[in-house]
Amino acid sequence: MPETLRARPEKHQPWLDASLRPYIHIDAVTKQFGEFRAVDRTTLEIHRGELFCLLGASGCGKTTLLRMLAGFEHPTSGRILIDGQDMTGVPAYDRPVNMMFQNYALFPHMSVEQNVAYGLKQDGVRKPELKQRVGEALEMVQLGPWAKRKPHQLSGGQRQRVALARSLVKRPKVLLLDEPLAALDKKLRERTQFELMNIQEELGVTFVVVTHDQEEAMTLSTRMAVMERGQVVQVGTPSEIYEFPATRFTADFIGSINLIEGRVKRVEAAGVLVAAPQLGCDLEVTGATQVREGQSVCVAIRPEKIAVAPNAEGAGPEEGAPNAVRGGARNSVRGTVRDVAYLGDSSVFRVDVGEGFLIEVTQPNLLRSLERKVDWDDAVVLTWRADAGLILTE
Amino acid sequence: MRGRTFFLYTALAFGLAFLYGPILSLVIYSFNASELVTVWAGFSTRWYGELLRDRQVLSAAWLSVRIAVVVATIAVTLGTLAGMALARHGRFLGRTFFTGLITGPLVMPDVIIGISLLLLFVTLAEAIGWPASRGMNTIIIAHATFCMAYVAVVVQSRLSGVDRSMEEAAMDLGARPVKVFFTITLPLIAPALIAGWLLSFTLSLDDLVIASFVSGPGSSTLPMVIFSKVRLGVEPTVNALATIIVGIVTFAVVVSGVLMHRAEKRRQADIQNAMREAGY
Ligand SMILES: Nc1ncnc2c1ncn2[C@@H]1O[C@H](COP(=O)(O)OP(=O)(O)O)[C@@H](O)[C@H]1O
Ligand SMILES: [Mg+2]
Repeated sequence: MPETLRARPEKHQPWLDASLRPYIHIDAVTKQFGEFRAVDRTTLEIHRGELFCLLGASGCGKTTLLRMLAGFEHPTSGRILIDGQDMTGVPAYDRPVNMMFQNYALFPHMSVEQNVAYGLKQDGVRKPELKQRVGEALEMVQLGPWAKRKPHQLSGGQRQRVALARSLVKRPKVLLLDEPLAALDKKLRERTQFELMNIQEELGVTFVVVTHDQEEAMTLSTRMAVMERGQVVQVGTPSEIYEFPATRFTADFIGSINLIEGRVKRVEAAGVLVAAPQLGCDLEVTGATQVREGQSVCVAIRPEKIAVAPNAEGAGPEEGAPNAVRGGARNSVRGTVRDVAYLGDSSVFRVDVGEGFLIEVTQPNLLRSLERKVDWDDAVVLTWRADAGLILTE
Repeated sequence: MRGRTFFLYTALAFGLAFLYGPILSLVIYSFNASELVTVWAGFSTRWYGELLRDRQVLSAAWLSVRIAVVVATIAVTLGTLAGMALARHGRFLGRTFFTGLITGPLVMPDVIIGISLLLLFVTLAEAIGWPASRGMNTIIIAHATFCMAYVAVVVQSRLSGVDRSMEEAAMDLGARPVKVFFTITLPLIAPALIAGWLLSFTLSLDDLVIASFVSGPGSSTLPMVIFSKVRLGVEPTVNALATIIVGIVTFAVVVSGVLMHRAEKRRQADIQNAMREAGY
């Protein structure tokens, strides 16, 4: 799964600047529903102007965390600061945040225009200014001609844009979006992702987006937090999370990855040698990792970082013979193709490297050809660089 | 298959006949020319004319309508507050107890409600001198008490169908709870309020037992007058009166049904249009 390009003109990385105070500070927040802990001692720092994604499987507590930011739920312990201000005890209607609800929560008895104007009316904005700002907001989401319609007269995509306009018209410091694109179909979702990013960049509002869709999180976010069972397991930029997952859970959750169990055989200056019984050979992994000899670890390799080639000798691994074809800083493994999935832009191969252990390999289809270089039941050699793999201990 | 259809239609015919047969005969006999209720002597509208000259019936009808309007309004106000508390305020101390109390009047026999309220009024009159006399006021209080329970139940069920996030969205946009209630919640539950109002109106108009207990001299409601008339033998004017009431009720039901059907059809058409425009 390739990381989508982010067209950011200048590199804006406030989280690297230690002198900057985070704009939103979630400080050891726990939320308990009876016996059940929906959010568990979560600490997060989100900076001004970020598009921050909370990513996690359904039920892991993302919405609950977002609702605590909005002020609909109150932390059982811990506190939330926005722009240095402690939000404990500040009701939802006094917070400098607005929320876009997962089901949009449009007011069915009001027109599009009245929906958008609702928030401004609460602030006592006068008629001429009100009209102008509502007009601008509707313009921004290209809904001008639909201003007089009622929500049920709109399509799903249009409703989503009304909800966006309504939550942005008050110019909040922070916009919270709960699964903003989940209800849209695939094509529309992709287009809207970019619209959302453009709007965010234009207005400079801090966005906190909840999603269970890892592709969406990768596309949208400046940084993201991966959540599991109420806890944040990793925070980082999309490429940090994709290339350097901290745990097996994150590695497996974002994109696809081959996880190979093994035991550390030797620790060297350049890297480590891991005995992998599933492959019947040793794997070389370079890069900094804190491991001891004899420790059980997991070697993780992304499918697109493995090259597949027909086995020149034309023979599979022989009984008792070493499976590996060692040479340079590369790992090589022999195997047999069990599955080929042609996806147009790329092909996915599942290669049996011994005793039914399958390794997934993705290859871009660079040449236009109807012939397959590698096909079902072919004997192949898989190779990857020693720095392509990653050692996971958790 | 055919046998089954035949059975169903027969059952339906019997059911309808059982429910509406008596009403139909009542309507027919209201146009009877004869003094004797059970003997048909030709068509006439004479009893309707007589009814219009019956001062007792007219003033009782007027009293009943006034009581019903006030009762329905009070019941909707109090019942909505109770329904809100039950549906929206999560857990509070004594919630289950309160739920039980609210549904109490729905299952309590009218006689018991009537006696207990009468006792209450008598005791109050002795203790604080109010109510000095029983009449319209005490009937209103008594009716509002049990009608409110119906409204609370209707409102509560409607509220549980209204998405909570709508109210949260309003609050998120800066509206305080009271404002949220009046601008969002109230319009959304309006159908339930109208239904509750009509229900209370009918219940109050219809009640004989409770009103008999708590009314005083000179304040006889329409059901009380009809009942006392019937006790002296069924008069054809009662048939005429009942026919008018049936007519009004039927008219109201049909009109509200047609209006609701039209609104729903328009809504469906709008949704279809929206889908088509979106290119589905
Ligand atoms: N008001 C509530 N009362 C009890 N449990 C709740 C409540 N809200 C959420 N939960 C539970 O907390 C967990 C996390 O929910 P949520 O934050 O909505 O997850 P997500 O948005 O990540 O799918 C779920 O298991 C859910 O059942
Ligand atoms: Mg959710």
